[in-house]
Amino acid sequence: MAKFTKKQSGALPAISTASLPDIVFMLLFFFMVVTVLRDSSLLVENTLPKADQVEKLMKDRSVFIYAGKPSERYRESYGTSAKIQIGDKYTEVDNLQFALTELRQKLRPELQDKVMVALKVDEDTRAGLVGDIKQELRELNMLKIIYITSPGNELN
Amino acid sequence: MARREVPEVNAGSMADIAFLLLIFFLVTTTIEKDSGIARTLPPIDEIEEEVNIRKRNLFIVNVNKDDQLLVNEESMNLKDLRQAAIEFIDNGGAPQGTADYCDFCKGLRDPKSSDNPEKAIISLQNDRLTSYKMYIAVQNELVAAYNELRNRESQRLYGWDYTEVKNAIAEGNYRGDVEKAEERLKEIQKMIPQKLSEAEPRSRAK
Repeated sequence: MAKFTKKQSGALPAISTASLPDIVFMLLFFFMVVTVLRDSSLLVENTLPKADQVEKLMKDRSVFIYAGKPSERYRESYGTSAKIQIGDKYTEVDNLQFALTELRQKLRPELQDKVMVALKVDEDTRAGLVGDIKQELRELNMLKIIYITSPGNELN
Repeated sequence: MARREVPEVNAGSMADIAFLLLIFFLVTTTIEKDSGIARTLPPIDEIEEEVNIRKRNLFIVNVNKDDQLLVNEESMNLKDLRQAAIEFIDNGGAPQGTADYCDFCKGLRDPKSSDNPEKAIISLQNDRLTSYKMYIAVQNELVAAYNELRNRESQRLYGWDYTEVKNAIAEGNYRGDVEKAEERLKEIQKMIPQKLSEAEPRSRAK
């Protein structure tokens, strides 16, 4: 006769973790696909203004210009007036053309003349600084610009 | 020959390795969500031409250093700007029978306001001390006015929204004949061209 051994009740069986790597890999691949590498760290404050009549930015043909007040930890050495950041460092308006030409050369050759300048400017900046940037861009003949905004509307 | 059995590789640490990679990617990457208002700057080498624009075809939006709006020399709230711009563009003041007559305009047909959307020019002037927030808000409202009119016309002619189709094509998920749709977008753009001119900020030290 078969012998039935009654299971000892009380002790819970260990949960199998064999599928854990699969789950984590799935998450990993998800993040690898939907994200891109951060290419520069922000040296300026960057709260974008809100707008809702927007177009999507084409990342492969754009160069970024950041502007705003220096971040908190740089205030002591750089002051509190708005600054322009390109790549990983602060740039002056006079130096903008050189820095932008350099950035443009990093794009794929076939896209270099379709370049679009993405302006990420803090909402507390004065429009005068943006005007200066635009003037330099006109002199460089980089005429397509896009003001990066965050979704929403200033009215409500 | 004795056949040795290959011992199974211990996969216990696989999860740890994967977690490590996952955390690395979480820290070093960002999710892209950039979008914004696109504009084209006027080229600098253009020969300054004296263009004769009638005053009635000009909609002057002036933002001062305290972020206050002045539209055609009258102060205005930001929330009324969109409607005012629509009324101006859509006015169609040219009398019937003339070459400038606008047959699709639904405006007031006020002879003191713009002749037709093609002639209507919005001129944006801002001070150097205007805040960027206000600057973008004004641009947003003006672009919204154009988009609203374009949507109305594309809805009337083709039965779809201009902005929706334009975004769908840009993202590459438009269902149907893309070329035909692009042609129609161009037609709408021709009917209601976005004539938004920006003056250089005043009190610019040179």
